Amino acid sequence: MSARVGGSLTVLRAVAVSVAVLLAGSAALRHEIALVATFLALGLVVALAVRPWVGLLVLGLAVQQGMLLSGNPGPFAAAHWGQVVLVWLLAWAGVALLSEAPLTGAWARMRGLAVPAIFGVTLLWLWEMVVTGTQVSAVILPAPSAIAARFATSTPVLWADFVQTFVKGALSGYAIGCAAAFATAIAVDRSPFLQRGLLPVGNFVAALPIVGIAPILVMWFGFDWQSKAAVVVVMVFFPMLVNTVEGLKATEPMQRDLMATYSASYWQALLKLRLPAAMPFVFNGLKITTTLAMIGAIVAEFFGSPVVGMGFRISTEVGRLGLDMVWSEIAVAALAGSAFYGVVALIEKGVTFWHPSQRGR
Amino acid sequence: MRNVIPVLSVVLAIVAIWYLAAIWMNAQWERDQAARAGVTIGWAEIVPATLAQERPVLPAPHQVAQEFWALTWVEETEGRRGIVKSGSLSNRGLVLHAWVTLSATALGFIIGAGFGVLLAIGIVYNRAMDASVMPWAIASQTIPIVAIAPMIIVVLNSVGISGLVPKALIAAYLSFFPVVVGMVKGLRSPDHMQLDLLRTYNANGAQGLWKLRLPASMPYLFASMKVGVAASLVGTIVAELPLGGAGLGTRLLAGSYYGQTIQIWATLIVAALLAAAMVGLVGALQAVVLRRMGFAR
Repeated sequence: MSARVGGSLTVLRAVAVSVAVLLAGSAALRHEIALVATFLALGLVVALAVRPWVGLLVLGLAVQQGMLLSGNPGPFAAAHWGQVVLVWLLAWAGVALLSEAPLTGAWARMRGLAVPAIFGVTLLWLWEMVVTGTQVSAVILPAPSAIAARFATSTPVLWADFVQTFVKGALSGYAIGCAAAFATAIAVDRSPFLQRGLLPVGNFVAALPIVGIAPILVMWFGFDWQSKAAVVVVMVFFPMLVNTVEGLKATEPMQRDLMATYSASYWQALLKLRLPAAMPFVFNGLKITTTLAMIGAIVAEFFGSPVVGMGFRISTEVGRLGLDMVWSEIAVAALAGSAFYGVVALIEKGVTFWHPSQRGR
Repeated sequence: MRNVIPVLSVVLAIVAIWYLAAIWMNAQWERDQAARAGVTIGWAEIVPATLAQERPVLPAPHQVAQEFWALTWVEETEGRRGIVKSGSLSNRGLVLHAWVTLSATALGFIIGAGFGVLLAIGIVYNRAMDASVMPWAIASQTIPIVAIAPMIIVVLNSVGISGLVPKALIAAYLSFFPVVVGMVKGLRSPDHMQLDLLRTYNANGAQGLWKLRLPASMPYLFASMKVGVAASLVGTIVAELPLGGAGLGTRLLAGSYYGQTIQIWATLIVAALLAAAMVGLVGALQAVVLRRMGFAR
């Protein structure tokens, strides 16, 4: 208990110091200070309620760092950084409070969404504040608001790039590569000899920097999306193959014996027992390869592309110092990548509803 | 050991397919040359010619092997700028480029794995961090961050940070998340019985970490480090694409600009060897550490 009181005292001292810092410079920024004071009070209450020492640490360190960081000393800088620190503190205290609250059922699920969301928004906000506060050049790091504005004004271009890279390049390559790997795994399945030979080789190749073959495939298949799809095919093939072969081995002898007592043929046993049992592994492969597909399609465009596509846009806009456009493309890539992964995970949930990892939640 | 023969036959089959593909893909160029010269040639002339072109569509395995040998051993021992004659690694050879890539990858991997372990400990011991950071760590795996590596490099270069560090940062970022996710899983792997035992011993948090959670997490740590080291090599190579100077990624891009297919393939072989060596090193470390710690292998 005494540690807690001591901690609170130190927090109070730190707060007093920061208030003094805020008040020292400014008469012109009264509303700013009022705002800060509100945050201060709220943050203080929450921080004291939850983790006094966290509040202390964050507040003390960040005030100091903020003052050091701000290139333009003066009342605005101090108020600005004080506010940044306080909002951060408030968000952190809120997150701590939320995540330690005893919630159940729908509330707990909502917390599972709210906490990361608060964290993400705080990070974005911190980014905005740091960029505007230290006046970083837009050529180096644009503020999120600038990126959002650019995103909103150039949706046709972003959409065309998305279609070229994601729909034509990544998706078609992903479909071909995964289907080919799946078929190969089934073909190999009947021969233990081939399995023992292919698995180590496949594992080895899956660890190689395959993206390096992009220049070769661009030479072979031309600059358009076909070469990007080819890179994606090669990149997704081996991880998918290894996972499917592993999955086909996932049945228990008991289950296979049961099939034998039913006098099931090879294909019946495959379709009714072994393929369903392999699905968790297959979907593991499908999920891993979503990211690989995106990476392959974008990186392949660095080696040559038509004048449309996400990789093309990123490399040319970097050259033109249009960093807000580059970040917009990154946002598109992030959204597309997460959505792609999310869709595969949803399908997995439907197909492998029986698996322990999908139950009991 | 019983896998040796199947693996060898699969590798041999791949080489055979490679040769056939080389003949098939390079044959068109030979026919065009013959047609231009006004002669007709049969397969007997085409086949040997396709395996010895200077800029083939697909170089034959032995051409790649020769190029690899010429750019490593021969270049360093006999070349004018090789290490024997000039005292420093030749910038024409692949050893220097491999070394540059390797050092950036290793530095980045060490930074990334170190921070990953620290963050994982924070996540396991702090509920707020677990709830807020962990979902983003998992979500970030779905974002093709390596695709924007060249941009980050260019931007860091423009603020005057160049050389090894930017590449290492990309490599660190890529090896960071597999390690975080694996370590969190590993630090949580001790079951209730074991945690209860430590509580009956009146162990504090630090003791629980050092004596139970960290040792129990080692298999998970090594498994995720293998993934991480391969990822950080990919990151370094992609990060090198926009840079001049040295590095395997730079060599790949130069080779693609000048149509030097054999050189691209030789560079790819070096990259593959690097990946194999690093994953193998982590694997060897894993075998030694886990055996010393008494994990049944």
